[in-house]
Amino acid sequence: MLLIHCPYCEEERPEMEFRHAGEAHLERPKNIAEISDEAFAAYFFYRDNPKGVVFERWRHLHGCARFFNAARDTVSDKFLTTYKAGQPKPDLVGAANMNIPAKSGKSGK
Amino acid sequence: MSSAGEHRIAGVGRLTPANPVRFTFDGKAYSGLQGDTIASALIASGVHLVGRSFKYHRPRGILSDGPEEPNALVGVRRDAARATPNVRATVQEIYDGLNAVSQNRWPSLSFDVGAVNDIASPLFSAGFYYKTFMWPKVAWEHVYEPFIRNAAGLGQAPTEPDPDHYAAQYAHCDVLVIGGGVAGLSAALAAAESGARVILCDERAAFGGALRFEAEARLDGKPGYDWAQDAAATLAAMDNVRILSRTTAFGYYAQNFVGLAERVTEHLAAPAADAPRERLWQVRAGRVIIAAGAIERHMVFANNDRPGIMLASAARTFLNHHGVAVGRKVGVYTANDSAYAAAIDLKKAGIDIPAIVDVRDNPQGSAIDEARAFGIRVLTGHAVTGTGGKLRVASMIVEPNKGGAAEIIPVDALIMSAGWTPSVHMFSQSRGKVAWDAATERFLPGTYAQDCVSIGACNGTDRLEESVSEAIAAGESAAKATRKRAKKSKVKIAVEGGGDWTGSMLGAGPNGANGKVIKAFVDFQNDVTAKDIRLAVQEGMHSIEHVKRFTTNGMATDQGKLSNLHGLAIAAEALGREIPKVGLTTFRAPYTPTTFGAIVGHARGELFDPARHTPMHESEVAAGAVFEDVGPWKRAWYYPRAGEDMHAAVNRECRTVREVAGMFDATTLGKIEVVGPDAAEFLNLIYTNPFLKLGVGRLRYGIMCREDGFIYDDGVVGRMAEDRFHVTTTTGGAPRVLQHMEDYLQTEFPHMKVWLTSTTEQWAVIAVQGPKAREIIEPFVEGIDLSNEAFPHMSVREGTFCGVPTRLFRMSFTGETGFEINVPADYGRQVWEKVYERGKSMGMCLYGTETMHVLRAEKGYIIVGQDTDGTVTPYDAGLGWAVGKNKTDFVGIRGLKRPDLVADGRRQLVGLKVKDGKTVLEEGAQIVADPNQPVPMKMIGWVSSSYWSENCGRPIALALVEGGFERMGRTLYVPMPDRAIEVEVTGTVFFDEEGGRING
Amino acid sequence: MRRYSGFALVREAMRGHKGWGQQWSSPEPKKEYDVIIVGAGGHGLATAYYLAKEHGITNIAVLEKGWLGGGNTGRNTTIIRSNYLYDESAGLYDHAVKLWENLSQDLNYNVMYSPRGVMMLAHNVHDVQVFKRHIHANRLNGVDNEWLTPEAAKEYCPPLNISQSARYPVMGAALQRRGGTARHDAVAWGYARAASDRGVHVIQNCEVTGVRRGGNGQVTGVETSRGFIGAKKVGVVAAGHTSVIMEMADVRMPLESFPLQALVSEPVKPCFPCVVMSNTVHAYISQSDKGELVIGAGTDQYTSYSQTGGLHIIQHTLDAICEMFPMFTRMKMLRSWGGIVDVTPDRSPIIAKTPVSGLYVNCGWGTGGFKATPGSGHVFAHTIANDNPHRINTAYTIERFNSGRLIDEAAAAAVAH
Repeated sequence: MLLIHCPYCEEERPEMEFRHAGEAHLERPKNIAEISDEAFAAYFFYRDNPKGVVFERWRHLHGCARFFNAARDTVSDKFLTTYKAGQPKPDLVGAANMNIPAKSGKSGK
Repeated sequence: MSSAGEHRIAGVGRLTPANPVRFTFDGKAYSGLQGDTIASALIASGVHLVGRSFKYHRPRGILSDGPEEPNALVGVRRDAARATPNVRATVQEIYDGLNAVSQNRWPSLSFDVGAVNDIASPLFSAGFYYKTFMWPKVAWEHVYEPFIRNAAGLGQAPTEPDPDHYAAQYAHCDVLVIGGGVAGLSAALAAAESGARVILCDERAAFGGALRFEAEARLDGKPGYDWAQDAAATLAAMDNVRILSRTTAFGYYAQNFVGLAERVTEHLAAPAADAPRERLWQVRAGRVIIAAGAIERHMVFANNDRPGIMLASAARTFLNHHGVAVGRKVGVYTANDSAYAAAIDLKKAGIDIPAIVDVRDNPQGSAIDEARAFGIRVLTGHAVTGTGGKLRVASMIVEPNKGGAAEIIPVDALIMSAGWTPSVHMFSQSRGKVAWDAATERFLPGTYAQDCVSIGACNGTDRLEESVSEAIAAGESAAKATRKRAKKSKVKIAVEGGGDWTGSMLGAGPNGANGKVIKAFVDFQNDVTAKDIRLAVQEGMHSIEHVKRFTTNGMATDQGKLSNLHGLAIAAEALGREIPKVGLTTFRAPYTPTTFGAIVGHARGELFDPARHTPMHESEVAAGAVFEDVGPWKRAWYYPRAGEDMHAAVNRECRTVREVAGMFDATTLGKIEVVGPDAAEFLNLIYTNPFLKLGVGRLRYGIMCREDGFIYDDGVVGRMAEDRFHVTTTTGGAPRVLQHMEDYLQTEFPHMKVWLTSTTEQWAVIAVQGPKAREIIEPFVEGIDLSNEAFPHMSVREGTFCGVPTRLFRMSFTGETGFEINVPADYGRQVWEKVYERGKSMGMCLYGTETMHVLRAEKGYIIVGQDTDGTVTPYDAGLGWAVGKNKTDFVGIRGLKRPDLVADGRRQLVGLKVKDGKTVLEEGAQIVADPNQPVPMKMIGWVSSSYWSENCGRPIALALVEGGFERMGRTLYVPMPDRAIEVEVTGTVFFDEEGGRING
Repeated sequence: MRRYSGFALVREAMRGHKGWGQQWSSPEPKKEYDVIIVGAGGHGLATAYYLAKEHGITNIAVLEKGWLGGGNTGRNTTIIRSNYLYDESAGLYDHAVKLWENLSQDLNYNVMYSPRGVMMLAHNVHDVQVFKRHIHANRLNGVDNEWLTPEAAKEYCPPLNISQSARYPVMGAALQRRGGTARHDAVAWGYARAASDRGVHVIQNCEVTGVRRGGNGQVTGVETSRGFIGAKKVGVVAAGHTSVIMEMADVRMPLESFPLQALVSEPVKPCFPCVVMSNTVHAYISQSDKGELVIGAGTDQYTSYSQTGGLHIIQHTLDAICEMFPMFTRMKMLRSWGGIVDVTPDRSPIIAKTPVSGLYVNCGWGTGGFKATPGSGHVFAHTIANDNPHRINTAYTIERFNSGRLIDEAAAAAVAH
């Protein structure tokens, strides 16, 4: 069971209190009604699935109930950082013991 | 002769003859002493034969004195329901009345028919089953496989529900110490005295680890074992320490989360009825100190598996701890100095040691000198190349490594040591990477992945003195790292003595019988020989994982604690590669097998998944309701009266609702309070329907999609005020709908000022439906005008009901005049009783979910999850009217436009009329256009809801049919195994098509 | 190839098994192949085998970064069944079951296919509706699947608790008698041996690190830890690592990889005659020929390549097992492990061409890929050989996520694979 730092509660709590909520930094297109089938599929179905650092969302369901973001290494399952929803992707260069995927620049958005 | 066994030596060992314990093995009575294991007590009585091996059914004895035991597994039976298979005789303590039986033999342990496999063993080489049993084809399933299955397996699984219970506890600590030998105890003392909160666990009944057999060591001037007991007592008395004996650290998970299994009552003759059998500890530790020790390896040579052949350290434990000699004439075969210490201890106790056979050419050291000084014959540069005996070893065949005459030396026991394997299991489970130490031929902790440290023998620290200083340093540093105001401990432990052993042998020893069938066992339980491993390599299994899987080496209940390194070495030799190049198989949890019950803990019966009840539950029980499970809820399904089956009850309830009225518990529907200045705009985005113009006091049926455009949930939404909505969801959908809404609110529309609160548990909801509904509730209502004009269908008012604040909904899921009375949950039962009392006197009935389903189907109202299945759009369900035409955005707007969702031929919700007027279709039945086509048939739809409608006097059904809206009036078929049922496609409303009753 | 038989076994037994050769060769990679398969799991090896056997393409390399069969093939709970709802799924999985039935003979390797029956338990009215929908659809598709009352279910599986006082009482079960299990390692080894015999190179310890493409975008080969290897066609069958490999070819996938755990008990004498699945309480159990209870657990909630998972996932599964089989609390967990499963948005696989010419992908099997192994390899081989899908995998495209034409068994049935 992972130990997760909630950036709102500012506490480390066991995974049982949290719900994973998929890839982070995916923004719903403002003009969603107008986008192409491909753009819609890219938004709704296609996912980064890196072996290395993933940017993902969690919700502190049995706590403050807030959604927040995390950077986690999917090889070691260690969290590099967690941060509030709406904050930009952190610059993780130099973070220790990371498995940086061969091409991490494509995570986009 | 001692009553506790003729091999018990007076004055030796730590057990008290004053505490005899009686037990049985295979029906025969034995006596042992308090503190004995089944193994030590049986050996004391001269019994070595305790089991049969997995494949060849070879007679097997006791190999070890601990949890690494591969052979001595027995069944222990307290009573019919408390029978436990595969209990390690070397771990299980005896208690008065313990009843143990041997396993995997028939008809008896000494005469086992299965032993014929041993004679045919040349056939049963590694992986033989992959090469045969293929003809004739059907024979695998009916002949070969049942035969193999019956021959395999060990003990008998229990057959009755387990009456014992299991406990569970979470714990946090600064420092968790795994292993209570000298290193673990020292580390725990240092950490605890530095002020850290410490948990110390050890798998055995008593602390002390190797000090159980290491008789020479003295700590703080005391015999080592006594020091260990004092240290444990000191720790136990400290407030910041919890010490757990009989507790296995079995699994090391992410972020220093460690599972411990504590055996609470398995050693007791008469456990208290309320005591758990085992307890699971889930510990989150700041730092973990691994002090798991090392495990002695056996020597691999021909017929090394006869009863009476065992590890030297085990023999030494049996002697020095239990006071039991493993034989009267004990041979020794070793590659390590430690076996000398065992031989000397036995010799001192008066046991004959005919020879120590040391495979090393020129071993040096005090142990060897001492053995010679005792007059023991030491044969260096020799190997044991075979053994004699049948159900017990009777002799060892000794040959010089350089060639020469073999000597047969009679023995009645043979002890051996190929060196010690550090227990890196927990380190490896923590995802640390082991490193090969070529000088000592062992894997040691290399790169750490979590906040843990290995100390003592599991870290390759051999000398006692070094272990102690390493442990104290580790304990102090762990306290410092995890505790803000850690003080420096004053722990100092004076150390004298302790073995300083060297020597190691990996793989098979020399053997003098080339060309013959040699059974030199690597993995005892799974009957894997050195030859099997070579065969695996010969057949192309070049990865150690392949070797393991092909031969099953290391896959027995001991999980390779003894066999893995030997197997690896033999494979490496056969491959001509170095051991670290061949690699190590992965260590996986659990360290030793862990009882399901301990893992399950309290989660049994009612606590498996606690049921949710509504406030009116007890009233419904009293009214005779039968309940169904809907999600976590127990919902009243129907209310049978005397003599009624479900069908009759539902027919009566359906009729009564439409003729008089019925009352229904709708509490389980999810409820969310949506509040804030942007609440209407928010709902306008979440639902397909328009919500901006919904008037205060009005209700709207809403449909919710995900972005993919498929129906996700539905429910009625009431506008309580400009900025306040009362949202209802399906019963099962409540949590996910709230999650869905929160997701959008917090992350996509964070600018909106809206607050969401789950109110499912706050409101009890009582639906009163039927022509007399208004009349029934009228006397209870204050502050609300119930007339059609003032309070039309699909509106909501606040007032009081039975004097209790209410949100009264005028709505209907039956097509009748209806009200849903929301009152605070605590008042639900009281209101329910009051309404029922009055309604009953007017002919009203209670109705359950089944009647609710029938009545709504008569009106063509869908149930999300029954008439929709995650592939149905609002348009498919005939609910296109609920999609706001002028909205520029809502969740699902784009998904709904995808090519396949607007294509022709989508499955659309229609009604079905059964032509014969009486057959109730089966829900889930498939629909075809041509019933006479061959299989596979082209299916064009399926029946989603189907009931006998008492009110219509005929069966009714809803179905999803390809292009259904275009097929009105057409005939289709529902093929059943015996016939095809003819149906006509109709609209979905079967009763009161004009819909007048709802406004009655 | 030395043919396996009882006769050969007896002969070899008499001469110390000296005559058995390597089951598969371990050649050095050539400079170029007609087809490279990335991933030597069951699906990849089966693909190579059927390419060689049915399409006459034998100049093939199967590249494996670790040891063959070491991924999900060697880590799953070996359940085989085909009682899926949709025509597309029933077609694919039943194709596989038909191949399973003769696989030992076809490969001359006993894969121990054991059609002991797979029973899926219904615990509430919704389950009953869903299972009956499956049974009717299966019957009209020619797939066996039958409804059992609770009593009949208990007769088929005597340890089953059908007490009405259970938290979720058993209301019946759907039984597929042709369903069952097979020996997972033997499937990988049998395919490897048979493919190798037809000239396929199975190259282990060879990690793909890049996908090379020519000027027109066409695949020209792969970079590996053992150097560049050229190929006209590359089929990616890398399970949990598919996204990683496809990223090398600049193809983003609708996939996420999750940890999935399983466990076995200590071996006991035969006590559990069939396979039982319960999606409502999340339990999957059978007994291996060795006597171990083989129990499938669920996925963790987060994506991961760690091949480990949380203890609470194991707990949740054993809770359910002991609720349905209350005599098993005294059994012991012997070993637990994890795999990495790649999951698509509709939880059905992708077996298809890709936007890159010469690049093919077979992935997204989620938690249920083992059962499809022969069928998957068979139709993927067809797809690669003909640059066009087989009739059976026509619907399993990547493009379905654009059009919305999903194959969503789980949504349709609330049934996990």
